[in-house]
Formats: sequence, C-alpha cells, structure tokens
Amino acid sequence: MSEATTPAATPAKKPAGRGNFELDERLKAYKGVWVFIEHERGEVHPVSWELLGEGRKLADKLGVELSGVVMGPPGLPTRRFCEEAFFHGADNCYLIEDTVLANYRNESFTKGLTDLVNAYQPEILLLGATTQGRDLAGSVATTLQTGLTADCTELNIDPDNRGLAATRPTFGGSLLCTIITKNYRPQMATIRPRVMAMPDRDGNRTGRIIEHPLGLIETNIITKVLEYIADENQDKPQLPFADIIIAGGRGMKKPENFQLIWNLAQVLGAEVGATRPVVQAGWVDAERQVGQSGKTVRPKLYIAAGISGAIQHRVGMEGSDVIIAINNDPNAAIFDFATYGIVGNAMTILPALTETFKQQLAVARVAS
Amino acid sequence: MHIVVCIKQVPDSAQIRVHPVTNTIMRQGVPAIVNPYDLFSLEEALRLKDKHGGRVTVISMGPPQAEGALKKCIAFGADAAILVTDRAFAGADTLATSFALASAIQQIEKDMKVDMVFAGKQTIDGDTAQVGPGIAKRLDMQLLTYVSQIDALDLEKGEIQVRRRAEGGVQVLQTKLPCLITMLEGTNEMRFATMENMFRAARYPVNFWNKDTAGIEDVSKIGLKGSPTLVSKVFAPQPSTKPAEIIDTESHEPRDIALTLISKLFTQHPKLCDGIVKQAA
Repeated sequence: MSEATTPAATPAKKPAGRGNFELDERLKAYKGVWVFIEHERGEVHPVSWELLGEGRKLADKLGVELSGVVMGPPGLPTRRFCEEAFFHGADNCYLIEDTVLANYRNESFTKGLTDLVNAYQPEILLLGATTQGRDLAGSVATTLQTGLTADCTELNIDPDNRGLAATRPTFGGSLLCTIITKNYRPQMATIRPRVMAMPDRDGNRTGRIIEHPLGLIETNIITKVLEYIADENQDKPQLPFADIIIAGGRGMKKPENFQLIWNLAQVLGAEVGATRPVVQAGWVDAERQVGQSGKTVRPKLYIAAGISGAIQHRVGMEGSDVIIAINNDPNAAIFDFATYGIVGNAMTILPALTETFKQQLAVARVAS
Repeated sequence: MHIVVCIKQVPDSAQIRVHPVTNTIMRQGVPAIVNPYDLFSLEEALRLKDKHGGRVTVISMGPPQAEGALKKCIAFGADAAILVTDRAFAGADTLATSFALASAIQQIEKDMKVDMVFAGKQTIDGDTAQVGPGIAKRLDMQLLTYVSQIDALDLEKGEIQVRRRAEGGVQVLQTKLPCLITMLEGTNEMRFATMENMFRAARYPVNFWNKDTAGIEDVSKIGLKGSPTLVSKVFAPQPSTKPAEIIDTESHEPRDIALTLISKLFTQHPKLCDGIVKQAA
C-alpha cells in the first residue's frame, strides 16, 4: 500500500482543513527544535550544520530553543562537536558520552536518541538523509510511534497550529506534496545534504550542554563493528561540493554528444552532471545524477544543456547561484527558474561556449 | 533456513507523466513493476538459498493487482508468495505499513521460523527507506541497511558478517540472526527466470491475506488511522516570479551568442568570474 509520500492513498474526498485538529494535552509539553549531529571518524557531516541553519529559522518562528544532539565516545572531539553546534546556531546540546558510541550502530544510537526524546520532549527532530540518518530515523520513529517524512526539500511552520509542514517531491518527482504529522510528537523529518544552505559560523556563540547517560554496556549490544574501511580518495565525482557543474539531459540526443559537455567541463575545471533518464540510459555514471533520486548540488554556476527542468531534477539543483539553460524548446520549464536562457541547439552552443571561455580565460590569466 | 523478502509493486516512475493542462497525474498506461531496489535483495536471498538451502518467501502489501509482482518473484525462484491486501490498509504511511508487514511476518513465522528478512533499500515511488527499519524494530531484529556484501553466514552459530555502506567508508559488521537486511543497489544482478520457474509462476496461486489472516487485531494501527503523517496537499511548483533572462539568438552565430552570454555573466557576476578564473587555472 502507499507510503506517506504517495498521496494517491489518501482519499481525495477528505474535507479541506485537515490541519485543524487539537493537540493532546500531553503532547503540548513537547517543545523545541532538535537536530541530530551526525559524525563519522571524528568529522561532523556538513548536513548537520545545514540543518542547524534551517532549524534556527523554525525555532525562531516558534519562539523556542534550538538544540543539537551529540552522541559519541567520551573525549575532546565529542565536546568539540557541541561547541561547533553552538557556533552554527544551537542554544543547547544534548550530549551522551559513552565508549560504546565510538562507532555508529543502529542499536546503541536508537536507544540513545529515543531516551533523549522521551526525557526532554522536542516538538521537531531533524536528521540528515544520509546512510546514517536514514538508518537511525526509521528506527527511532518506529520506537517512538511517531511520523517521519523523508527527503524534505522545504520545511515550514503552519501558523494555525504550530505544526511542521514538510514539503517533498512525489510521484517520481513530477509534483510536490506537503506532509504534516497529526496528533503525534515529535514531528520527524530527514533532509538530504546540500538541500539547505550552510549557515554562517559564529565563533563567539556559546550554549548549554545537557548530559544524559546511555545506560547500555558493550556486552548487551548484539552487533559488533569489526572494521571500518575508509573510502579511498579516488577521482570519484564530488558533485555536491562542486563550484561549477555542466549537466546534460535527454536533449543531448545521443551519448556521443555528451563529449561536448565533458569538453566544456574540462575548460572550466567543472564536474559533469546528468539527469535521471540519461543515467538510466547508461550514458554517464550514476554517481553523476543530479535530482531527487540523485545528488543535490549547490554550485556557483550550473550549466544545463538539453535539460527540460522536471521537478525531480529541479529540486536537486535550484540552490545553484547562477543557472544557464540551453534548450531548443522555448517552453521548457527550466527557463522558469534559470538565470540565463538560450533557446537554441546545445550541440552548436556548447562548442561555442567552450571556445569562447577558453579565450576569455587565457586573456584573464595574462591580465592577472 | 527461511528468508522472507518484502517487495512492493510500483509504477514505473520513469514513465509517469503529468497532464500539461490539468496538472494531474496521468496513470493510464503506466506499467507496474517490482520496485527495482527490491530485486537486489531478492537476488541476494536466492543466492543464500542456493548456497545454504532452505526457503524464500516473498511478501507484499498492496492492492490485489500486486499479485503480478509476486508472481514475477516466483518466476525468479522464490518458493512462496503472500499478498497482504485489505481495504483497511488504505492510506497507510510508513509506520502503519511496517506494522502490517511485521504482523504478517509473525504469522509466516508460525509456519516456519524466519532467520532473515530482506527489504529493498527504498522504493522508487515513496523513496523513504523507512519501512525496512520499521519492520526490524517491530520484530526486534538486528538491522543491517545499505549492505554491499554478505561476507559470511554461519547458520549453526546463528551469525552473519556483512559490509555496510557508511558515510565515507564501509563498516564490517557482525551480528546475530534473526536480522533484517536492505541491499545496496548494483551489488548483484538479478538472474534470468528459468523456463521451469516461469511455468511454475503462471500456475502458482499467490496467497491472499486480509487483515485477520495477517494477525492484525488492533485496527487503529493500520491504514489511515494508524498513520501519524498525512498528505495535506499535492501541488505543482510555483512558476518562478523571475524567469530566465533570455539571450537573443535571432540570426546570431553560436559564437556571438556565447560571447554575449559570457560577457553578461562576467559583468553581472564579478565574483563568479573570479572563481571561474581561479578554478580553471
């Protein structure tokens, strides 16, 4: 049957104004916005700071405090994560320090986060939609028996009932839907890396650390981490953090034409991106897919060639500073939100751009 | 050994179209397929069965039409298929779905002990990746998500060792059965259905279970009632208030168009220009 995200299953005849319900008295005690601070190998995942930035806005709208949740082994790095959380906007940090938290494990982290929620009762809990965040969010929501909305692209507060309105793409990314959590708290959501903007870091901010015990010993944890094999830093594309991306869609007509995109990317020192149909057709590696089912990117410059701008792609790249769209269909959706549009044949425009950029850059280099 | 594989029938989302005028989903003619992520889990389960013997049962919750997806799994080599279908499930979100499936798996267990449950990493229509973890929690099974490889399975000791994709690396995990595994995509390739299995699938009577057969007593935990989340609206994105500045291409050579664009870019976004020069250097 359908999941929360497939609205087909909610009867269309349901009356309007379904957001209007009275929250149970005991649920009114749930206050504050929390962000789970995810870390691996001594590094916090940047998505946690992005979520603190977004969480700050939600907390301010609600007039409540913003808190980070840090779980890790005792020691300086873990304490430093709390400090960094304050620098990125948190008022408080809920901290569980225990040696069994040295590695992420579903069992121990689920217990820690669930206990914290039950003890301190936040109304909103945000996690990154990463392999760790998704693994944890599903388990915590089930244990708490509350609602969880995955891969949100926009978060808002409903002024009528102070509820979280979480928007995400639906129907394979062709429409958007807004999901609310009824009479359950906390309201949980996961958000993918790079969807929210990185907040400014203020090294003067401080906050309060609230410590909590884990109450779990190693012998009682069934799953053991035998080894952690770090990824080699090969030439794997780092799309989410690229400054310039040249992307192609089905409008490139055939795989050979993608070379034109690679050529321009080489001149600009850019990464190459692609739409889902192009990846599915096997023209480029799946690692390069931009969109709801691929990577979310926020480059300074995004050049989209032969891309129509379907929602599923749009949500993955509309955070780009400048978007240049080349498409021969003047009605293509991408012209609605691009910065500059060229209505024309990408196969002739791309080589011209490559040549002209090459010359301009040579001039700029001589000048500098 | 007994493995239960959870699958879902989904519309082939690559083929969903939105009506250009009414902005509604055009469902007609969209083929239904087995969620592609589920197939990596089914194949891995079948490989374990090839190696260790035992039984693979596939289960799905959905409308009666989902029978087709289950028959497809029989054709690939699954031994039994159960479709949990009941109007009472309509409107279920991930919490209610995992409750219903977990309850059904407990019923399956009465017939033969379940050592492992496999589920897809996520579906292509919901994309939530929440039902698998939800089922594991409800059945009190160890959860192993994003598994790229099963290193070892010792049925006598009831132990399994896997590689799990983590952020920035791979965790080698050891745990005890029963466990729930979601496989990472691209980790194996689904086998071809044999002629024999295809014939078997054609004749195979999929077991239809309603909420009672699935062992659900508390109806407040299923369907719309049992779902904490609610879709409050579905909409097309707002047309931008600031559409693209269209570069004049009328009777211009591609080179002229490129020059116009780049000079605009460099004069209107000087910081970007600096960045490009630095990056290209």
